[in-house]
Amino acid sequence: MPEAPAPARRRETSDRLAELKHQPPTGFLRTHVFSLDHKVIGKQYLDLGLVAVVTGMVLSWLMRFHLGYPTAALPGLGAVAPNRAPGGVMTPEFYLQLMTMHGTIMVFFVLTTAPFAGFGNYVLPIQVGAEDMAFPRFNMMSFWVTCVAFLVLVAAFFVPDGPPLSGWTAYAPLSAVGKDAGPGQGTGQTLWAISIALFCVGQLLGSLNFIATTLDLRTKGMTLARLPFCTWAWFVTSVIGLIAFSVLLPACVLLVLDRVAGTSFFIPAGLVVSDRLQPHSGGSPLLWQHLFWFFGHPEVYIAILPGFGIISHILPAFARKPLLGPKVVIGCMVAIGFLSYTVWGHHMFLSGMNPTSATLFSVPTLIITIPATIVTLLWIGTVYGARFRFTTAALFCLGFVSVFVSGGISGFFLAQPSIDTYLHGTYFVVAHFHFVMGVAAMFGIFAGTYFWFPKMYGRMMNETIGKIHFFLTLIGVYCIFMPMHYLGLVANVRRYSAFTDEYMKSSLPLHRFITIAALCTGAVQLLFLYNLVWSRFKGAKAPENPWEATSLEWSTTSPPPFDNFGGRHLTVAHGPNEYGVKGAAGDYVMQASSETEVA
Amino acid sequence: MGKLFGAIVAVIAVISAAIFVARIWWLPADVSVLGEGIDHQLTETMVASGVLFVAAQLALALFAWQYGDAGDARPIKIFPGGATPMVVIATALVGIEILVLSFVGTRIWGNIFLTPPDPSALTIDVQAEQFAYYFRYAGPDGKFGTVHPELIDEGSSNFFGLDPAHDTAARDDIISASLVVPVNRPILLRLHSKDMGHSFFVPELRLQQDFVPGLVIPIHFTATDTVKKEIVCTQLCGLGHFNMRAYLEVKTEPEFEDWLKQQSQ
Repeated sequence: MPEAPAPARRRETSDRLAELKHQPPTGFLRTHVFSLDHKVIGKQYLDLGLVAVVTGMVLSWLMRFHLGYPTAALPGLGAVAPNRAPGGVMTPEFYLQLMTMHGTIMVFFVLTTAPFAGFGNYVLPIQVGAEDMAFPRFNMMSFWVTCVAFLVLVAAFFVPDGPPLSGWTAYAPLSAVGKDAGPGQGTGQTLWAISIALFCVGQLLGSLNFIATTLDLRTKGMTLARLPFCTWAWFVTSVIGLIAFSVLLPACVLLVLDRVAGTSFFIPAGLVVSDRLQPHSGGSPLLWQHLFWFFGHPEVYIAILPGFGIISHILPAFARKPLLGPKVVIGCMVAIGFLSYTVWGHHMFLSGMNPTSATLFSVPTLIITIPATIVTLLWIGTVYGARFRFTTAALFCLGFVSVFVSGGISGFFLAQPSIDTYLHGTYFVVAHFHFVMGVAAMFGIFAGTYFWFPKMYGRMMNETIGKIHFFLTLIGVYCIFMPMHYLGLVANVRRYSAFTDEYMKSSLPLHRFITIAALCTGAVQLLFLYNLVWSRFKGAKAPENPWEATSLEWSTTSPPPFDNFGGRHLTVAHGPNEYGVKGAAGDYVMQASSETEVA
Repeated sequence: MGKLFGAIVAVIAVISAAIFVARIWWLPADVSVLGEGIDHQLTETMVASGVLFVAAQLALALFAWQYGDAGDARPIKIFPGGATPMVVIATALVGIEILVLSFVGTRIWGNIFLTPPDPSALTIDVQAEQFAYYFRYAGPDGKFGTVHPELIDEGSSNFFGLDPAHDTAARDDIISASLVVPVNRPILLRLHSKDMGHSFFVPELRLQQDFVPGLVIPIHFTATDTVKKEIVCTQLCGLGHFNMRAYLEVKTEPEFEDWLKQQSQ
């Protein structure tokens, strides 16, 4: 009797891995420019983030100089921008243009690229035990689309009317009616919208990759429960991103249509701008705000969750003890991701939307503080009883906790509509978002850099310079952003290019203090840049696992071979949290260790 | 390193908190019936979050100070109770605070934005534009003329686009560049914009509301003291945003009536 055909075998992940084998790249362009290797793409994203953060920081220096010394001439500025800064003194529109570009570059091209697309691309495939991302070609496209988006944005500096001045939030109708609205609102604003639309495409491609890779390309034994905390964070971030960028992309398209095609999605009838009755009708400025913030709030969690993951990953390695409450931390990250979609209206309490909805948005906004508080307390509890090694990466983790507490607390005020009635539109808001994004998320990027630099470049960074960088930056950021809370309490309004109102004039000394702190802290970052470059070439050679960490990236050479593990397919037997236990390697057990007994 | 970190964070936390407590920079005195509620909410939140802020920063500082690797054989210690105390503290403490603050805050918010104005309120029409505010009073007939955007002409001071030739209600409308109101009388503002998004903010009234082009948005308040304070724009509206202001002048009832009479002439 013929045998029944064997039942079809369910394809194991390792089968898919075997199919993924790709050949090493040949030729300069394929190796270094249009690379399919996630490690090269990750570094390209980090380099883009570096160029962007330097640009954004220089813009902030110009802004702060003007705010502290509004009538002073800045040497050289008059030569660079004779129309916008005649004699070196910034015009009000130039201030707003710099502010718009500062916000746009920092939020999109620094805080979304570096911690997520940069580190995530480099580290995630290695951490799950894969050779590469699931879709290497999409991955390459995602970087180059993002790069083109950056160039399109920067091009706005060079068009005749200059970059837009409507803020990174680009509220309609200011952003929608076109050049009648004032300087910068011509071509510059259109380029902005195109740039952001392209950015969305790049990030959507990236998110698809992260999700598919995390779900499908895990090596044998790498269950979801054994994923490192930062992989979990990147996974949740990419799910959030998939939904958020899917909304911003059409919103930007609609904005471009209003500007060039005569549509009226965001422009109502009867507007008189620059003495001209605008030929639009039927649109709603609030529609833009809803679309933007439906993206915008999850976006800020996209900016911070990778930092949560990076800190949760790095802290136990330097505490030499397990992260407290690992499953709770993961659960909280997922909860934050989910809740992030329910709160967007807290940016719009006073926007003119139905005031009843303010309560509906306020409650989940306050509730989201609970998982954030739990995670923060778990980090602090992890330091308790530790045998802490205060490397620069570890210090930035501790610094992250401190500044995240500061930034999170101010959110507690703004989450309440009755208090927001006073604090909205003031420097209190500026303090809040700079602490959580401009400082905490940046500290996450610094921690990740100091931690993974040895793996990426095969050399150690200079710890002495690193520690000086850390302590001066920690003090510096508090000097810059803590006083902004006080400015908010006296109702110092934000997005003002100068403070000419009587009641604001007394704030000038505090603004000067902030300006000096900002310029000094900016100068300190040169130490970091120097360290990055110097260490590339002169840093001590890095061993495979300099930090005695457990996850899979430390089970391969520094830097890894092009297929990450040199042809090996690792089997994972442990979670990422086995610190403070007796293992063959010391007080820890690596994920790929074959030890079965863990003390 | 741990001790340096701990010391710096502790000093920063204490100094920052002390500046808040000392109210070196603080809200101006409020001159609104509803102001006290907001101030109370703010103070409660400041106390609750101040305690959390200082406690969390000091705990972090203390643990960093104490638990450096001294190179000895000291074993690691797990936080007593593990993750449970953290979950409990965060959920219970923060949860209770949220409930209390939301409950009280919702009533305050409702009083400002969800309660209808007093029927005897004086209605004033407010138009925001790049980069000025104009205020319109209904005049003796108690009726506002219709606004026609296509008739707006700054050159002839027809800021609202009124048509007095054909619209009798518009003939006695009073236009002012200042918001002049009588003290202790409910005021109803109708906010509309000529061009962009703007906002109306008077810190001393604790009142802020965006103008949305295409909408007419009502807000109301009652001023409790005769003051002259600035109205500032808090919604980015273009290059003159920083310079867009008007004055709120709260007068006694007789002074207000005099002023109104003068404007009519």
